[in-house]
Amino acid sequence: MTPSYLEPQSVLAIDIGSIHTRALLFDVVDGQYRFIGASRVPSTARAPFHDISEGIFQAILALEAVTIRTFLTESSLVLPSEDNGRGVDQLVLTFSTPTALNVAILGLLEDVSLESARRLVNTAHCLIVEQIGLNDHRKTELQIDALIKARPDLVLIAGGTENGATRSIVRQVDLVSLAMQVISKETRPQVIYAGNQAMASYVQETLSPLGEVVIAPNIRPDIDQETFGPAHEIFSDTIRQIRMRQIGGLQSFSSICSSEPSHSSQAFGRMVRFLSQINNSQKGVLGVDIGASSTTIAAAREGKLELSVSPVGMGAGVVRAVENIPLEDITRWLPTHIPDDAVRDMLVQKTLFPEQIPLTSDTLAVEQALARQIIIMAMRNLPKGFANAFEPILASGQVITQAPPAQSLLMLLDSIQPGGVTTFVLDPHGLTPALGAIASLNSILPVQVVESNAYVNLGTVISPVSAIKSGAPLLMVRVEYEVGEEISLEVRQGTLTALPLQPGQVAKVHLHPLHPLVVDPNSRDAPRSYKIIGGVCGAVIDTRGRPLVLPKDPARRRDVLKKWSQAINL
Amino acid sequence: MIAPVTHILPLTRIRRSRMLPGIGMVLAMLGQRVNATDVVAEMSIPGAHVLLDIRRALGMRRYDETLKLIDRKVGDRLEKGDVIAQTDGLVQRVVRAPFTGRIIAIQKGQVLLEQPGGKLELKAGLTGIIVDTLPDHGVVIEASGGLLQGVWGNYRTNIGLLLCQSESPDEELARSNLDMSMRGAIVQAGYLGNPDALAAANELPIRGLILGSMASHLIPAAMKVSFPILLTEGFGRIPMNSKAYTMLRTNEKRDVSLNSNWDPNLGDRPELFIPLPADGNPVLDTTEFQPGKTVRIHSAPYFGLVGVISVVRSGQTRFANGLRAPAADVRLENGQVVSLPLANIDVLE
Repeated sequence: MTPSYLEPQSVLAIDIGSIHTRALLFDVVDGQYRFIGASRVPSTARAPFHDISEGIFQAILALEAVTIRTFLTESSLVLPSEDNGRGVDQLVLTFSTPTALNVAILGLLEDVSLESARRLVNTAHCLIVEQIGLNDHRKTELQIDALIKARPDLVLIAGGTENGATRSIVRQVDLVSLAMQVISKETRPQVIYAGNQAMASYVQETLSPLGEVVIAPNIRPDIDQETFGPAHEIFSDTIRQIRMRQIGGLQSFSSICSSEPSHSSQAFGRMVRFLSQINNSQKGVLGVDIGASSTTIAAAREGKLELSVSPVGMGAGVVRAVENIPLEDITRWLPTHIPDDAVRDMLVQKTLFPEQIPLTSDTLAVEQALARQIIIMAMRNLPKGFANAFEPILASGQVITQAPPAQSLLMLLDSIQPGGVTTFVLDPHGLTPALGAIASLNSILPVQVVESNAYVNLGTVISPVSAIKSGAPLLMVRVEYEVGEEISLEVRQGTLTALPLQPGQVAKVHLHPLHPLVVDPNSRDAPRSYKIIGGVCGAVIDTRGRPLVLPKDPARRRDVLKKWSQAINL
Repeated sequence: MIAPVTHILPLTRIRRSRMLPGIGMVLAMLGQRVNATDVVAEMSIPGAHVLLDIRRALGMRRYDETLKLIDRKVGDRLEKGDVIAQTDGLVQRVVRAPFTGRIIAIQKGQVLLEQPGGKLELKAGLTGIIVDTLPDHGVVIEASGGLLQGVWGNYRTNIGLLLCQSESPDEELARSNLDMSMRGAIVQAGYLGNPDALAAANELPIRGLILGSMASHLIPAAMKVSFPILLTEGFGRIPMNSKAYTMLRTNEKRDVSLNSNWDPNLGDRPELFIPLPADGNPVLDTTEFQPGKTVRIHSAPYFGLVGVISVVRSGQTRFANGLRAPAADVRLENGQVVSLPLANIDVLE
């Protein structure tokens, strides 16, 4: 039952990250749910503790100090709260892991079932370690050996439209069966079958004697139709179950949680979907969470969510980022010259100390360049249906939220390169996954917390696109303040222009094009006047073009990067 | 707040578990004294597989008919040429084992045969005594002596005489610094930036290399050399921290074991161990950031410097570049006091 205002419920959210364990408290203040406070301590899921309990205990102790409230008696959480105010009413738990789950996928056609399987796997923090389709011309025994060598935690078998192919599926299932017989019982992967349902009983009969098998609805029931809904839930649940076994202490905490613990990226996606439902935006809501071990991109429009989790991040995920991103793609974002060898050394050093905070301008620049490229890489997984125009764009992750606001905005603008008119919102406390987890218990709390000042409005960005050459006057902008004053300024092509707007200040921005331009990629008839509320970076006109092209000449590129930085008051 | 610890200890007592990645055989016995290079457990690594389609080879139509003709069962070991299946009659069709191996599976008229694989040998990694054995899995070794933990290693193990090559903690190793007197030794140096120096070390060969730091472009080459390499600080030109440098100098010409295997998920660090005939005390792998704790800085611009915490600041501290993080004030060995994020230091003890 959804709680009413008469039944205020305090909620403690624990978020176990690869590096930090955080405790977040939400409670009712003056009849409204509010974010009360947060604490952050090192996670203890890894060595030497190998159990999340100590980190949770330390995080709650730290939260007690921050909020001047008591949650523990004799090291136990008081749940539900007592009349004297001690304890909390509900507990939710989200978690992420430093390493991705290894998944092998088997399907039939490369562009059909295998592609769908890949996309399903990409909705969680997974790494595809082997893929076998009909076009794989390796000998069967080589495919078996490849599957064994890949040491998957999970095997996903897809393929066959409904009432379609069966013989090819039998072959793939038999292949998995043979591989499972080679792998020792203790390390056998779990299997999810999400193919032609006519073969479900065969899959069950063949594979269940060898290990755990879950049957999910067909993710590709028709050649032109991809259906993730229920299969995604089964997939997420299976991953959660595997993680529950792998993460020490998670199972025991699960029993006192008000809802099943969920992976942070799933909860983050749930919250973005929730925002798209209450936001009523035709454009859709985009969420970007650049974490230590993975980067989550969640795009939702009218309640339909597209989720992508890439196993690259700023902590443990740096290893994979460094392996997968060419160095020149990172160095192109550096505003000063740093030799390639030095950049490589910094990045590899970061893999040894992923939690490290950059203190010098060089290390900070390299870290922020890496963050840009990680987001660009993660955004590529977003389905093409989203035209890169969102309202709002919600960003979280320490590399973004701990930076000064203008640096945060520039990182996001450079990497997401949104079209049209967009508001950038920061989640400085990393509340989004917790709110996503809470939303299923209490739909009022997330709404009221989002409407409070727990999130930071970075600013609105208008990104008109034109074909004229860089440096030419593109448009006149008239800013009409609510108090009656107004200013006009000329905006040139290829620039970033900060509009003088204080945080919370309301103004109307009128665009007067001097050349043909497109303001909103979704609509050529988009209005040219907008009511804007100033963010901590005011508001920005971005005429750098889409996609953003950086000058090839290094010296000129660095000049341009510096100019853009200066333009938004860095 | 919980603080990570790097051990640089002149005398301690440690316990290290050495576990196989799967099920195998434990070779060492309880109470046995082992050297770092001794194999304490081993396991078979499966060889390549071959799938024999018996049904097709025998010209059968049905799986169940084929099954009756397969005269073997799962687990059977076969010599090359052994009969796996054959038809009856005057003109017999026979399927023989193409190599010596073992039957892993029989399924739908097919036989999956496994070739003999290699053996994975698990080395002790340090000189000590076996104090526990976990049947089929591994052992626990206890040892007393000096301990130096690194931050990166190239996954090798060796023993040898410790020789200090560098005159300062950041001196670069060059081919000219290596001579025949270092053959068979575990050599300490400051920085490795030149592939030629690494090649020279491999040509001698030396038995191990302890470095403050190394250029990251040398990682592929470092992974190929036969001897273990341990970095105390990391990548880029970073001087070896003074505690590690001093400890190595004071233990020069002692027999040491160098185990450069590591796994951050398991908490395993690359380690240099100096067996000593004295009994040390065990130490914990975590502690708390507190005033008086000796710390090592692992980030620019204070890379490799050692200091003592004077104050652990409450809340978040804002740094010159605008970033905020929990921090401590650290008095460096030169007397300078600097504020540093807790994430950028580890406790040395």
